[in-house]
Amino acid sequence: MPNPMKIRATAKDGVTEVKVLMNHEMETGFRKDSSGAVIPAWFITDVTAKLKDKVVMQAQWGASVSKNPFLAFKIKGGAAGDKVVVTWTDNKGETRTDETTIA
Amino acid sequence: MKNIVKLVALLPLLAAPALAGSNATDWGKGAGDAAFSAMLKNSFHDKGIATLSRLKQDATQAFCSDPARATGASKAAVAARAKIEAENLATIKWPTDGKWLGDWKAGEKIAQSGRGMTSSDKAGEANGGNCYNCHQISKAEIAYGTIGPSLHNYGKTRGNSEETMRYTWGKIYNAKAYNACSNMPRAGHMGILTEAQIRDLMALLLDPASPVNQ
Amino acid sequence: MRLRLIACLALTAGLAAGGAARAENDQSIEGIEKYREALRDGNPAELFEAQGEELWKKPDGPKKASLEKCDLGLGAGVVKGAYAQLPRYFKDTDRVQDAESRLLTCKEKLQGIDVGPIIKAPFGSHEKDDMNALVTYISGQSKGMPVKVSLSHPKEKAMFNLGKRMFYYEGGPYDFACATCHGQSGARIRLQELPALATTKGAPVGWTSWPAYRVSAGQMWGMQWRLADCFRQQRFPEPNYTSDATIALSMFMSALSKDAKMDTPGIKR
Repeated sequence: MPNPMKIRATAKDGVTEVKVLMNHEMETGFRKDSSGAVIPAWFITDVTAKLKDKVVMQAQWGASVSKNPFLAFKIKGGAAGDKVVVTWTDNKGETRTDETTIA
Repeated sequence: MKNIVKLVALLPLLAAPALAGSNATDWGKGAGDAAFSAMLKNSFHDKGIATLSRLKQDATQAFCSDPARATGASKAAVAARAKIEAENLATIKWPTDGKWLGDWKAGEKIAQSGRGMTSSDKAGEANGGNCYNCHQISKAEIAYGTIGPSLHNYGKTRGNSEETMRYTWGKIYNAKAYNACSNMPRAGHMGILTEAQIRDLMALLLDPASPVNQ
Repeated sequence: MRLRLIACLALTAGLAAGGAARAENDQSIEGIEKYREALRDGNPAELFEAQGEELWKKPDGPKKASLEKCDLGLGAGVVKGAYAQLPRYFKDTDRVQDAESRLLTCKEKLQGIDVGPIIKAPFGSHEKDDMNALVTYISGQSKGMPVKVSLSHPKEKAMFNLGKRMFYYEGGPYDFACATCHGQSGARIRLQELPALATTKGAPVGWTSWPAYRVSAGQMWGMQWRLADCFRQQRFPEPNYTSDATIALSMFMSALSKDAKMDTPGIKR
């Protein structure tokens, strides 16, 4: 089971800012370990965000995103107490979903 | 103790080693020689090529570990530093074939490399010179350190007289021969760089064709 | 000339060297400040804080106990503000201890864990990662608080004095001491600024920013790891984890950082 994300969401003047910190190795597939063997690629490929069960953001990622990625984005709408759900899926098929309520 | 310090200050003609000892920093309670050695002994372990033997100091290192003596302005400290410098000067091995300059291109590579002699480096690999870590050298490299002076235009401003060649070689080989407690490693004396590598660094600094002098 | 040099200080390796060369210094500084700002906003150290908190509360070891009754100096179980007052003298161990050292004591006493393997495990191992997560959590509970390290006990004072002496101890094939690089202000190695750690101005720059998440390596480093890597670069043998030499150096830096605000966990390039 992958480690949890940290999500913060704040609404102001009809715009919600969401900040997500994800726990992921994000291996590029180009690095080698100390014995010279290639470390297999392992990175997040898809990120989806939902506001009150409606998809509001979708992203496709690649190997160039850093380890433990931080993602911030703004969405129209949202009010204090609304639920924001973020899901990522990686190239191994692992997935993690976490949620928060807008502050 | 205080009286002794005063006495020594009044006797500037005493032999340098004795003076150096008396002028030493008082490290304060609980940090005397015995306590400090015990701490050192219990605090480290061998790792790779970085073994415990490296904690053992030579006379220069022991002297320079005391800021009062390494930088003090007293006559005693000045005299003691002159002695350290003379000792280090005597260690310098001059180029065996009388040739000062090698290949500046190879020198640039050595100056760029900061590798070598850490616990994560392997024995037998060529060491870098670590030069850019502390010095500006070629204008093109902007990621340079400032612990040491800029060496840009080194040869252009100093020329390449026998005297300059000799000083530069000596400084790279054993920096402590010219400044007892210089921050610069003793690249030749401590076996960090080979004679051929020093020759290449010399070319980087002094060859009129080197980018350092353009 | 001097001014230009100082202006260059703000460059960090976070930018490609080539790109920075073409940029105006002012713009570079602005860019780097923005980069640093952005990093602070999403400091992955938070992930380690959360993990550390979990480890703090999770029953573990033969005694199936959590660390929640661990005394970090302010009484059993008090985490808030504890890091800002470490290292300190502890009566039960008759020793001056830093956060890592004290955690080992609690793991041993409260949880019944043999800490030998934790001490010996290399940095980056699971054992050390857990320790780093724990100190990250503990340090986060002192964020914004002033450093209040006491030198009133003779052993605390001795530790400070030993740390000072260690700071100037020169050795190894490169003749390096801590002071070689950290004994002056305004200097840098390559583009990395170096705080003058033996001063009350420079010491807090280092002390209050660790534990820190290192972006380029994607690793969370506590002060023990930071110091071990300093010694590696000094070409010294490796310090034993939580050894007196490392605690002495921490005592030296923290006491000089008196009243500075903890900014932990930090983030570095």
